[in-house]
Amino acid sequence: MSETRAECLRGKGLTKIFGSGNKKTVAVDHVDFDFREGEIISIVGESGSGKTTLSKMLLGLISVTEGEIYYQGKLRDISSGRKKKEYWKGIQPIFQDPFSSYNMFNKIDSVLLDCIKMRGMGKLSYEQKFKMMEEACSFVNLEFKELTNKYPFELSGGQMQRLMIARIFLLRPKILLADEPTSMIDACSRSTILDMLLKLRDEIQMTVIFITHDIGLAYYISDKVYIMEHGKFVESGPAEECILHPTADYTKRLISDVPKIYEEWDLSTV
Amino acid sequence: MKNTIRNIFHSPKFVIGFIIFFGLLLFTFVYPWFVAADPMEMIGQGNFFKPGTYISVKDAVESKNYTLNIEAKSSNVGAHIEEKDKKSMREWLVKYGGVSQEEMDAADDNALVELWFEKYDSKADQKGLTASKKKSYVRLTEKLKKLASDADVILAQENEDGELEATGSFDSQTYVNVGDVGNKRRLVLGTDTFGRDVLTELVAATKTSLRIGLIAGVVATLIGLILGLLSGYIGGVFDDIIIFITNLFTVIPSFVLLILITYSVGQSARGVGTIAAVIGLTSWTWTCRSVRSQVISLRNRDHVNLSKLSGHSMIRIVLTDILPYVASYVVMAFILQISSGILSEAQLSMLGLGPSTTNVATLGQMMNWSTLYAAHLNGSWWAYFPVVLVIALISFSLNLMNTGLDQVFNPQLRD
Repeated sequence: MSETRAECLRGKGLTKIFGSGNKKTVAVDHVDFDFREGEIISIVGESGSGKTTLSKMLLGLISVTEGEIYYQGKLRDISSGRKKKEYWKGIQPIFQDPFSSYNMFNKIDSVLLDCIKMRGMGKLSYEQKFKMMEEACSFVNLEFKELTNKYPFELSGGQMQRLMIARIFLLRPKILLADEPTSMIDACSRSTILDMLLKLRDEIQMTVIFITHDIGLAYYISDKVYIMEHGKFVESGPAEECILHPTADYTKRLISDVPKIYEEWDLSTV
Repeated sequence: MKNTIRNIFHSPKFVIGFIIFFGLLLFTFVYPWFVAADPMEMIGQGNFFKPGTYISVKDAVESKNYTLNIEAKSSNVGAHIEEKDKKSMREWLVKYGGVSQEEMDAADDNALVELWFEKYDSKADQKGLTASKKKSYVRLTEKLKKLASDADVILAQENEDGELEATGSFDSQTYVNVGDVGNKRRLVLGTDTFGRDVLTELVAATKTSLRIGLIAGVVATLIGLILGLLSGYIGGVFDDIIIFITNLFTVIPSFVLLILITYSVGQSARGVGTIAAVIGLTSWTWTCRSVRSQVISLRNRDHVNLSKLSGHSMIRIVLTDILPYVASYVVMAFILQISSGILSEAQLSMLGLGPSTTNVATLGQMMNWSTLYAAHLNGSWWAYFPVVLVIALISFSLNLMNTGLDQVFNPQLRD
């Protein structure tokens, strides 16, 4: 079923090496992937496995040491500032830590106004912009009127992350790269945020790349799962197949590490 | 922002520093309203005159008309001493003053008085004299002194025939109301070697030194900030070049560099502005290094990434997403740069490499002048101690403000 969908983001032999000589660290090691439009893809791995490095390469924030990234079937070209800007219209992130995602010196309005401007609608009248912002905020259950003239640090972590989703709502990118968007948030807000993400995907039909260390979460929301260990994909495939019938040892370990409420914990595997 | 400013003014260290610094600053601005004199005016009391009120001698003499009274008393003090006193003086001098009898007999009245002032000492060992006799000699000396100072000063003027003609005379009992004197100077801190009022000069010097510090601070902070922001944010080869230059400036002691530059600028071009600019040009390295390292840690933050992904230009990211985060540090560095600029100027001028002019006083110049003319050897403390105190106060207050700000911006340092 997925093979019939249009190609969205494809990687071939993607590698990122930090440093050189003795201090060389291979963060991402010859990774191949093929993300199709409209899918929810999870990249699962423990801390230090290279998930965030991969996501930054996909966003074009850090250079690629080796390998190619194809965006919508064509080789990605972000060599100039203008081309980068064009690429970023198609791919947007939600970061892990909402508290560090905002410039604390800028008011919340400016964050949302930037998004409208980026979509090329900067010439609209303020009333129209206001309406758009209001719509985006109400989509994530925030009251825009209460947020105007507020600074990001006056919001709670959950509110900040919801505002991040409102930002994506305004930008309408083709790909959303969510880098552990719920790991800094308490369990109750977590389900709300995930709910909104799924609702947003249905609303604007985008591909979601969901980076997480929580294999249970990945199982529930994703179509496709990539398991990452030490910079390599050890297993990939449809979520059910991957998680219910794992073949790689690492996947089995990850699954056994998920805490089970109704059973005794086996700490020997930790 | 409002909150930060309130916090700053709740820090006692900052407030004390602020009060001292702005007190000094205010004084330099208010003082000229009350003392309109040119600070560089030489009022003729050269060679470190002591602090005090000075009136012109001319005014003291000519403020009243005097009747001519030449014969009132002559300077011949000896003629006014009674015979009885002369006898006891001779006795004392032979007995305790170590004067031989022959010398004594030869001396006339005036020579006797001279000998008396030379030899007499009330604390000398006077065996065989009663206490009342000793007292009487002390009283006799007082009387002689009064007689000597009662000797008149006679003013004379040449008349048409070329002869001196007395026009007036004064003795110590002639008084003049100080209020009537026109040319009166209250020299609170005396004069320096050129005969300038030290207080007025000091106020002007403080102003100039603060200006030098401010210019040097602005130059150093601007260069350091711009280079630090760019090299930190752009990175790569550009960063390598900038950090190489910065290291070059850091390893060469900046004071040596300062001396070499000021020396090579030449005597004629060394004005206040040049000195300030040169000080600024040699002291930007630490600002640059620390701004750069802060920017490097900031540039990978999520909010900067988000700003990039929102399509902002590099300049806008640097100005809105990075600069506000390093601003608090830059303000503190700026305050320290002002303080070190003033100190550098003082050091340079002490060595004689300051502004090459005697028309502008700086704190360092004043130190240099008082050193050159050995104020510290002849005990003229007023020529250098107030200068040292002002330098210390400025430096102290600025550092105190810096520490106060540091504690507000880095709450871990609060005590």
